[in-house]
Amino acid sequence: MAALIEIVGLTKRFGSFTAVDNVSFSLDKGEVLGFLGPNGAGKTTTMRMLAGFVTPTSGTAAIAGHDVEAEPVAARRALGFLPEGAPTYPEMTVGGFLRFTARIRGYRGTALASRVAAALALTELEGVRLQPVETLSKGFKRRVGLAQALLHDPPVLVLDEPTDGLDPNQKHEVRTLIRRLAPEKAIVISTHILEEVEAVCTRAIIIAAGRVVADDTPAALAARDPSGRLEEVFRAITHPAPLAKVA
Amino acid sequence: MRNTFVVARRELAGYFATPVAAVFIVIFLVLQGMLTFNAGAFFSRGQADLVPFFDFLPWVFLLLVPAITMRLWAEERRLGTIEVLLTLPLAETEAVIGKFLAAWAFCIIALALTFPFVITVNILGSPDNGVIAAGYLGGVLVSGAFLAVGSATSAMTKSQVIAFVLGVAMCFIFAVSGYPVVTDFLNRNLPVLSSIARGFSVIERFRAISQGFLSLSDIVFFASFIGFWLFLNVVVVDHRKAS
Repeated sequence: MAALIEIVGLTKRFGSFTAVDNVSFSLDKGEVLGFLGPNGAGKTTTMRMLAGFVTPTSGTAAIAGHDVEAEPVAARRALGFLPEGAPTYPEMTVGGFLRFTARIRGYRGTALASRVAAALALTELEGVRLQPVETLSKGFKRRVGLAQALLHDPPVLVLDEPTDGLDPNQKHEVRTLIRRLAPEKAIVISTHILEEVEAVCTRAIIIAAGRVVADDTPAALAARDPSGRLEEVFRAITHPAPLAKVA
Repeated sequence: MRNTFVVARRELAGYFATPVAAVFIVIFLVLQGMLTFNAGAFFSRGQADLVPFFDFLPWVFLLLVPAITMRLWAEERRLGTIEVLLTLPLAETEAVIGKFLAAWAFCIIALALTFPFVITVNILGSPDNGVIAAGYLGGVLVSGAFLAVGSATSAMTKSQVIAFVLGVAMCFIFAVSGYPVVTDFLNRNLPVLSSIARGFSVIERFRAISQGFLSLSDIVFFASFIGFWLFLNVVVVDHRKAS
């Protein structure tokens, strides 16, 4: 079986600035990939290219066997995408927004109602179903974005900072949810929270200045430093080490 | 095509979920009423027709239509929701046409709410209602043309203010391109462009339609004008969506 996510030599340049430089990886069903890197390393741009929102300068990305540039609609059907900041239409109600995305995904009638109900239940949003999104707190808004990504039970999930802005309880719930969904899907999450990677990810890629600098299991990565802490490894790999340059 | 209507429905509901719809419709009706009755001397003319109403209509649209379209894409980009919309399984063309149709439907609703003018003039005399119907059709076409221009300018920027000003400016060019001040100038300097400019004059074509002269070439003009700007809209959205 082909990998659910297949990225080959993905590169994005904005003018003379290379945001993503020749990134390649593939992800199978059952894998949860933690996408790590300092701010501005190219995580969001890579995820946007995977979602077909940013056109790559070169290289290819495919979701469930569909190239995101050549067959964008087929690729997006297989994809649940939570964009950075989880944007949603402020004036729409939670239920209205989810019904809108469900209609675009081709659901009608009872199938639509049950999909929306399932997504609301999965993200525990039933209580705010009739509230306009703009009246919700940051954590709720993020869950609305998550509900939208999960609504059609896609084989591939790409989540850009899914737990950003959530309180510790909500973070725990989202991690539990990701773990529960993991066996049936290929999931990519980007995060700054390294403990999250150790908690939910089966694999971690560290990206710095647009390049993949490490690709391993979280445990193997952590073992690279004598302290056994992922944080130290992350710092050692991605920190520009100015002192070393001076010496 | 089904997705187009899903997008249109959401967009149209969006107008009514915010004060945009109410403010727009009230201002449109007040402006159109004042201009027709006061500036247009509706009563003292002593003629049972809606000529003053239709004389002012394109100018009111020129000012107000870009106010409807300015949010279409600029707002999506500012809020980041464009990233949600365009990563759903729908083609960009469907999104562009859906948004345009919603704005057009909204304009048609506003235009339909001017029905008291028609009633008034029918009570006061016996106007040629065929000509009035042609005028309304012309109004629908002009609003469509301005909406297509405004929608494309909205896709060019994140700022609604810039989208509005650009929209008004672009619509103004197509509004006045048949006016003597423009055609005389072109006649003197670039005679080739003079007849082309006249051909692109939205208002001159509208005037002919609102007098009851509905020709196929005008319909073709409006259809291709709208088609061109929507095509440009798709290109701009595709090119600039992530910037």
